[in-house]
Amino acid sequence: MKYYAYYPGCSMEATAVPVELSIQAIAKPLDMDLSEIEDWTCCGSSPYGSVNKVEAVTIASRILALAEKTGLDLVTACSSCYIVLSEARSLIKENAELAATVRDALATVGLEYKGTVHVRHLVEVLFNDIGVEAIAAKVVKPLTGLKVACYYGCQQVRPRYGFDDPEMPQWLDLIAASLGAEPVPFPLKARCCGSSLIISEEDVALQLINKLLTNASENGAQCIASTTCPLCHTNLDAYQSIVKRRFKANYNLPVLAITQLIGVALGLDYRALGLHKNTVSPKDVLAPYKSKLQEVKT
Amino acid sequence: MRKNSPQSFLKEVASIPGSNKISECIQCGVCSGSCATATHWEYPPRKIIAMVRADMRDDVLSSNSIWFCVSCYLCTAHCPRDIRPANIMHALESLALKEGYKPPTHSPAMYQSLVGSIKRNGRVHEFGFMFKYYLKTNPLAAIKMLPLAIDLLIHGRMPLMPKKVKGKDEIKAILAKVTAGGAQ
Ligand code: SF4
Ligand code: SF4
Repeated sequence: MKYYAYYPGCSMEATAVPVELSIQAIAKPLDMDLSEIEDWTCCGSSPYGSVNKVEAVTIASRILALAEKTGLDLVTACSSCYIVLSEARSLIKENAELAATVRDALATVGLEYKGTVHVRHLVEVLFNDIGVEAIAAKVVKPLTGLKVACYYGCQQVRPRYGFDDPEMPQWLDLIAASLGAEPVPFPLKARCCGSSLIISEEDVALQLINKLLTNASENGAQCIASTTCPLCHTNLDAYQSIVKRRFKANYNLPVLAITQLIGVALGLDYRALGLHKNTVSPKDVLAPYKSKLQEVKT
Repeated sequence: MRKNSPQSFLKEVASIPGSNKISECIQCGVCSGSCATATHWEYPPRKIIAMVRADMRDDVLSSNSIWFCVSCYLCTAHCPRDIRPANIMHALESLALKEGYKPPTHSPAMYQSLVGSIKRNGRVHEFGFMFKYYLKTNPLAAIKMLPLAIDLLIHGRMPLMPKKVKGKDEIKAILAKVTAGGAQ
């Protein structure tokens, strides 16, 4: 068993509930212990840094301090939390004045951050700590013939806090392949989903989403195997019907977080994987891979 | 909008954590060429940096440009001088907000609603912050979003009430200390 300090992040309690369910469902079978950081608060998310950077780094440091106390690596599945926390960590390290502000602010609540905690993305942990061989060894329902477009988004790979290629990353493709699925070429795999502009500048974000989905569909994908990032997942899944209407598109691409896809191949219950909560129903594409355990309506 | 000594704008931007390398930009334009949304910007990223260095405070802070940054970090991955243009755009957004500029986009209102939600609840309450944001900007647009909201609601992805988080008091104390310390 491998142990981690898990940071879910705010969206995992709301729009990304399906992703979070699947993360929890596959943790045990893959020998990961993801203990939630106690009494966690928001990391600040990207927008806080655009309102007040010093405040943003300071509230992120609370999470770093709490994780550090556990002595474990901090793992998050949200790409935005991942870079916000990673960046806070490196800014505190390189900026003495900021470090002092953080130290004084944390002291008011009896916390201390020493700068030793590692911040890691769940996909990186799955790839490096668990490994594709170990995942493949647990597959009971190989996803043979399932054509997937692996979508990484931006912040999982840029600005490169991990080790995967920042423009043509491979890890999700290799994980999907270890499940028996067939990753299709997907040139836009690490391009933006529109992020929070989907709220304030909807037209711009819808265009970006349409480009991604069109690219995936033209390359023969039957579904998207996405990063575990809540925003990426929501933009591609929940907004897909709006995008289709806007651009008169006729693709239909269920968006499975990679953790949902792993869960299907491990033969886990569809409800436990939150698949019934995806708005683009994955029922049809997954029909050939259902095990007896999974006779639950999706 | 206000009187400044020469280059005070540049210094101010460079003092914000993460934006300190702005003076080393060689104006190669790679950031603009990489940018996911530059076609929508009044002035693309390279130009924004040039304008900061030319002390064009008003033009930079009142334009829509910086608000179209989606934090995709393509610029940052490609920049040959490690300038981190994305951080500079974020720094400029914070200055525009602080100084009360009203750029022609709803993004500032969205960011502020989100930060308000964090300060109130300790975590982002998605429904609450979206509700506030639409009320503030365009209540009619909220009606258009109703089908999506209902869809998320029936899929159990839109809790209507915020969770009670103990740590929210710690966030308040931490932020009070930062403000008292005079950080911008
Ligand atoms: S890519 Fe870097 S060096 Fe080139 S213009 Fe942009 S910020 Fe300046
Ligand atoms: S991070 Fe912002 S400025 Fe940089 S390329 Fe992406 S959208 Fe453009």
